[in-house]
Amino acid sequence: MSKLLEIRWHARGGQGAKTASTLLAESALSAGKFVQGFPEYGPERMGAPIRAFNRIGDEPITIHSNVEHPDVVMVLDPTLIGSVDVTEGLKDGGIVLVNTTLSPEEMKKRLGGHVRVATVDASGISQATIGRDIPNTPMMGALLKVVDILPIEDFIERMRKDLTKKFHGRQAIVEGNINAIRRAYEEVKVG
Amino acid sequence: MASEQRKVAMTGNEAVANALRQIDPDVVAAYPITPQTDIVQYFSQFVSDGQVKTEFVTVESEHSAMSATVGASAAGARAMTATSSQGLALMWEMLHIASSYRLPIVMPVVNRALSGPINIHCDHSDTMGSLTTGWIQIYSESAQEAYDNVIQAVRIAEHPDVLLPVMVCQDGFITSHGIENLEILADEDVKQFVGEYKPSNYLLNIKEPVTFGPLALQDYYTEFKVQQAEAMANAKKVILEVAEEYAKLSGRKYGLFEGYRLDDAERVIVVLSSTAGTTKAVVDELRSKGQKVGLLKPRVIRPFPAEELVDALSGAKAVAVMDRAETFSTQGGQIFTELRAAFYYAKERPLMRNYIFGLGGRDTTTREIHKVFSDLENDLERGHVEKLVTHLDVRE
Repeated sequence: MSKLLEIRWHARGGQGAKTASTLLAESALSAGKFVQGFPEYGPERMGAPIRAFNRIGDEPITIHSNVEHPDVVMVLDPTLIGSVDVTEGLKDGGIVLVNTTLSPEEMKKRLGGHVRVATVDASGISQATIGRDIPNTPMMGALLKVVDILPIEDFIERMRKDLTKKFHGRQAIVEGNINAIRRAYEEVKVG
Repeated sequence: MASEQRKVAMTGNEAVANALRQIDPDVVAAYPITPQTDIVQYFSQFVSDGQVKTEFVTVESEHSAMSATVGASAAGARAMTATSSQGLALMWEMLHIASSYRLPIVMPVVNRALSGPINIHCDHSDTMGSLTTGWIQIYSESAQEAYDNVIQAVRIAEHPDVLLPVMVCQDGFITSHGIENLEILADEDVKQFVGEYKPSNYLLNIKEPVTFGPLALQDYYTEFKVQQAEAMANAKKVILEVAEEYAKLSGRKYGLFEGYRLDDAERVIVVLSSTAGTTKAVVDELRSKGQKVGLLKPRVIRPFPAEELVDALSGAKAVAVMDRAETFSTQGGQIFTELRAAFYYAKERPLMRNYIFGLGGRDTTTREIHKVFSDLENDLERGHVEKLVTHLDVRE
């Protein structure tokens, strides 16, 4: 990856899009990349539609505005589709990665049929591994399959460190998240 | 020899809080306000974790925050605070007290629009409104610059030829809340760079009693103001000296302004803070197509480096100054007005126009920057500016 990768996250407040954009940026930094991770702050409340962004590249990044033409769009909550135009500004050849039980073909139809789509049941995976619907970590696992940012094992190692700190060493939650990342990486379907 | 710097991903606020931790001021008195809150929150954590020896004073308002900081600084302490927007507005009268007492207070300001309507996002109306308070003002493009500027500000403020308070500004949310790469100096290196604070005149020095805040009427008030103005003029040289020393320590060079691909540039945008970074990306893109464009990013606007900016723009044919605050003079923003005035006696004067942009956090993207460069191109073909003051990206 020699050029800048731009990512836009769509989620509802409370689903962890901001945390995901931060964790992804920190992981990419530890792999020697230049990074940005930031949410769009607004009057966000639990459940309201929110956006967050990442830029990841091999050169210093000076642009300080929202991502308007993403290479990848991450949809943490498929119920946003219809009320939010998640494909807006998507680059030619860009891809939309959706947390859904639908196949990429089915989701592609719902998105208007003109974009590349990948799907993964991040909520289902999260229920099975963490015991709660927290789709952000499995979506990061799926993302690493879709784009070549950093090797999955490096990412998992870094996440294990971060999550151990975040959850004060509660190993069950940490391992649940790691399993979620790994399963999503393996199960994501690219259309 | 400096120790190795730590490569980290941090928000601008976290970076500034870490600069404060490394400076370890004697007193910090602060009141939280979005988007400055994180600075104070991180710092109070450092205090409770025993990572700093600072006396942390929680106060009931920003007026009190600045009052307590003034009191501590006059007593002989290295004192700091931080604020944004309405908080800075509420400090207004105390800002003048700090500068006229010649107190070397350093205050990170996270730029945010002033109400109303109520808005928590970035523009520069807060600090542009305090240009006449006698504070030095330094603006930061990124988290890295905010961190570096806070550390340098301590040395600038405390220099015996200056002794003025300094605001170090960064863009609210855009850099204060976005995480990005930066390099953090070793704690020991920052400690050495800022040095131990040795105030020359202070209230707790009972051997040489002094008065702060006396009455000075027709007899002496003028002389106080002249001395403040002289100190502000001295600051230019000191800012450059401190920058040079800091470059040796950090490898990062700072001046009164940054010129980006300016040497043979015919069309130039002048803009502060984070939007300068976005402009750099557009400059690179247009340069790759052979267009002679450049950026001038003022870093210091109090004192206003008039001669230096005019000199740096001497080869330009068309200049767009972008201001992130209204003045309601109908004659354009503050930077535009001052820069245009600075050109009054210049031999060669470029076409100059003004854009008011990004008010209340309106996102300024590469698209808007492209439009400004394209407007300048049209002006050059036309031979005069189409419009003196333009509000950029306004809904029709």
